[in-house]
Amino acid sequence: MKDHLRRMKALIVKEFVQILRDPSSLMIAFVLPVILLFLYGYGVSLDAREVKLGVAVQDQGKEADHLAAAFLASPYFRAHLSRDERILEQELMAGRLRGLVVIPEDFSRQVEKGAGLGRLQVIADGSETNTANYVQNYAQGVVATWWAMRQRDHAVDKQSGPQLLTRIWFNPELESRNSLIPGALAIIMAIIGTLLTALVVAREWERGTMEALMATPVAIAELIIGKLIPYFILGMLAMLGSVAISVVLFDLPFRGSLPALLLSSGAFLLAALGQGLLISSAAKNQFIAAMVAMITGFLPAFLLSGFIFEIASMPPMVRALTHIIPARYLVTNLQTLFLVGDVWPLLLPNVFILLLLAAVLFFLTARKTVKRLR
Amino acid sequence: MPAASLVIENLTYSYGKQLPLALAEFSATIRPGIVTGLVGPDGAGKTTLIRLMTALLLPSTGSIKVFGLDTRTDASQLHQIIGYMPQKFGLYEDLSVLQNLRLYADLQNVTGTKRQQVFQRLLTFTGLEPFQGRLAGRLSGGMKQKLGLACALIRKPRLLLLDEPSVGVDPVSRRELWRMVQELVDAETAVIWSTAYLDEAELCQKVLLLDGGRLLFSGSPREMTERVAGRCFQVQGISSNRRQVLSRALQQEGVQDGIVQGQNVRIVLRDGHAQPTLEVLEAGAEARLVPVAPRFEDAYVDALGGGPGGISALAAAMAPLSGDREVTVEAVGLTKRFGDFTAINDVSFAIHRGEIFGLLGPNGAGKSTTFKMMCGLLRPSGGNGRVVGLDLQKAPGKARSRLGYMAQKFSLYGDLSARQNLEFFSGVYGLTGVRQQETVTRMIDIFGLQPHLKDSAKDLPLGFKQRLALACSVMHEPAVLFLDEPTSGVDPLTRREFWTHINGLVERGVTVLVTTHFMDEAEYCDRIGLIYRGQMIASGPPDELKAQTATEQMPDPTLEEAFIAMLQQWDAKNEEAS
Repeated sequence: MKDHLRRMKALIVKEFVQILRDPSSLMIAFVLPVILLFLYGYGVSLDAREVKLGVAVQDQGKEADHLAAAFLASPYFRAHLSRDERILEQELMAGRLRGLVVIPEDFSRQVEKGAGLGRLQVIADGSETNTANYVQNYAQGVVATWWAMRQRDHAVDKQSGPQLLTRIWFNPELESRNSLIPGALAIIMAIIGTLLTALVVAREWERGTMEALMATPVAIAELIIGKLIPYFILGMLAMLGSVAISVVLFDLPFRGSLPALLLSSGAFLLAALGQGLLISSAAKNQFIAAMVAMITGFLPAFLLSGFIFEIASMPPMVRALTHIIPARYLVTNLQTLFLVGDVWPLLLPNVFILLLLAAVLFFLTARKTVKRLR
Repeated sequence: MPAASLVIENLTYSYGKQLPLALAEFSATIRPGIVTGLVGPDGAGKTTLIRLMTALLLPSTGSIKVFGLDTRTDASQLHQIIGYMPQKFGLYEDLSVLQNLRLYADLQNVTGTKRQQVFQRLLTFTGLEPFQGRLAGRLSGGMKQKLGLACALIRKPRLLLLDEPSVGVDPVSRRELWRMVQELVDAETAVIWSTAYLDEAELCQKVLLLDGGRLLFSGSPREMTERVAGRCFQVQGISSNRRQVLSRALQQEGVQDGIVQGQNVRIVLRDGHAQPTLEVLEAGAEARLVPVAPRFEDAYVDALGGGPGGISALAAAMAPLSGDREVTVEAVGLTKRFGDFTAINDVSFAIHRGEIFGLLGPNGAGKSTTFKMMCGLLRPSGGNGRVVGLDLQKAPGKARSRLGYMAQKFSLYGDLSARQNLEFFSGVYGLTGVRQQETVTRMIDIFGLQPHLKDSAKDLPLGFKQRLALACSVMHEPAVLFLDEPTSGVDPLTRREFWTHINGLVERGVTVLVTTHFMDEAEYCDRIGLIYRGQMIASGPPDELKAQTATEQMPDPTLEEAFIAMLQQWDAKNEEAS
């Protein structure tokens, strides 16, 4: 037993020395996360801000002015007012505007008469479907808010019927960054767990050190644990650093607790490391290891984790596939921890599934790795 | 006689059903107390055999027992008693010398005070003591090799396995490693040393000669050399062309092997065959056949079934180049400076049509720089180079179209198939249409590439790689051939085949400029230029250079001895001057 522990310790120490000496490991563990976070924090945003919108005010009435003012005040639009619809239409065609709101001539009269909004028109540039949707939804939102305010100011209008009041919970500003960054954290950990681990083992094969190790009394379990522990610690450190950056630099709320965070990411990291070690038991050069890790680790974490693309809107086959993607469970847990809090009934089953996936991967790794060259 | 430490019985190993056996019906015993050398051409099965001994591979059939432990069932006990140094030394380049030692000590269960003693002994022994803190990746090849050996020796192994420990390491370090291993061998330790260098194999007390996975010979090198005793001769006093004499000799049925040695031709006869008559060899009136002492290499080639025949199909297919013995390659005052450093200083030489000129010198002397300037790949700081009368500065493209170039690493495209490489290079040299197809087909026939046409160049056996590289460089029938260390790392048989082609081409009027560090290759050259510290310090025919350095103590120096003497003389002279 004493021999086992000493050999394991020697391997772990060796691994840490290598990590510290080899800039590429440190880059992957600490620089890449920062770049990714900045990318998702500042670069990528799924929100439309200050969409350029034309507002054609054909009506000279008071209500029309009020509505136009509401568009001007909206943070979602940069509104350009004009009396002449045709000028704005040309701008829209030239791509300088993304949408157009037409307030028709009789708008104020209709409103004052209590006949609703009349022929108020919203035109969106359908060549960019996402933006078109935003234009449509946010324009309706602006109108609805204005309408609600007006109703309140003019006492309750009995003809207006029931009102729908929308409240968005957890991420009230619908800030996409708040849900993207937890997803980015999952990607970062998938890279460290799977890619880095597969790479460093493949490197040992390439340099012939694995062959030399295997001819010593070291046991397979010691070799596996000797890789596992250093990269587990590295992954956890990278994760904690990234969470700190997210909270301090990007003002993300963190409503969960540290133990819940450690538990969720620890369970995920085990699965990711298991995957990396399984890859390395088959791929014995760095190029193949990197390709396999990218295709089976990074891309699924990116595409199938629900981080950017909604799992619910995937075809059933693909949706079924997402169940074996570890990143899926981490994305859910991280989003919950950041935006909601410790919802244990949600977190615990996911942690359990991650541990199960990790166990399966380690079982396969241990079976596939023997102290032989082939 | 001590008991055998390693018993191999009927060992067979296969890497796959479709592939030929890597080892077949292999039986041998190896005893402790001596160094057993493992020799054989590339792909003979040496590394496979060593890996089978470490239990990192398991026999397909048969068995290996190391001190009674079966590799199949007792791998974990076996790993307690072996020391193994794989081909790339198995060192962690990011770890320091001491960290590497510590790691292997921990893994080998060497602890406590014993460990300090072992470290002290190994560090002193290997001369690495001053470099304990240095990263293994920053050590020279020779020091890496010593550290690799130290790591394999941490817990005194009963079986030490060294897989080509001296590849890519300079001769001095090779000798030191040999001395260190010799000192270690005691009555209980068995050492297995696989090597591509025949001079190393010759030092082993016992050698196992492998070829194609079979054991061809087992015994002491002297016994092996004895097998060709009385069959080795030198044709001396040749007044005709010695390359043609060699070619004619090799065509004789009774001649097993032959090489050029300066002005003489060395031949080895087949067992039981009479020596060829001098008339057949057309060596001239003065020529005589003199018996010489057999060498290990003679026995090696003999055991492997002899060298190639004397005729190069490549040269036979080529039209002879017309013209007199005019100068075809010329360097005039070539100089190359990199900043303050003068890499090459005023080097001049002229090579005539149909001549082989060799550039020799230690690593870093400036051989490659000279070579690159002659190919037009590097612009000289002063002087110029001319190929077939074309100035490399003024008409580099035109000059290059008349020369063929074969580099050390066989500049082939590893991911292209053999055929695709031929097609690509023929295209690069401007061959198109029917002529291109004919040329490619001819090369395939000449070099016997048919069975490997679809294989990626990087997966070809070394010998085929070399043939393919030569084929690619001569498809456009160049008048001048530049060879940069063309046979480094290649076994003697493949090397002979290569030189048969070169000799044949030279007879057709091709001019050859070659760099090499194999002295036996230098013997093929008509003239040699010795480059040292950026200058050409001597030039002339090999025999002339040998004669210049002959002294009373050393009346008949080898080419290597002659060179060392010249380098020392030059150093002494320059120290005086400064």
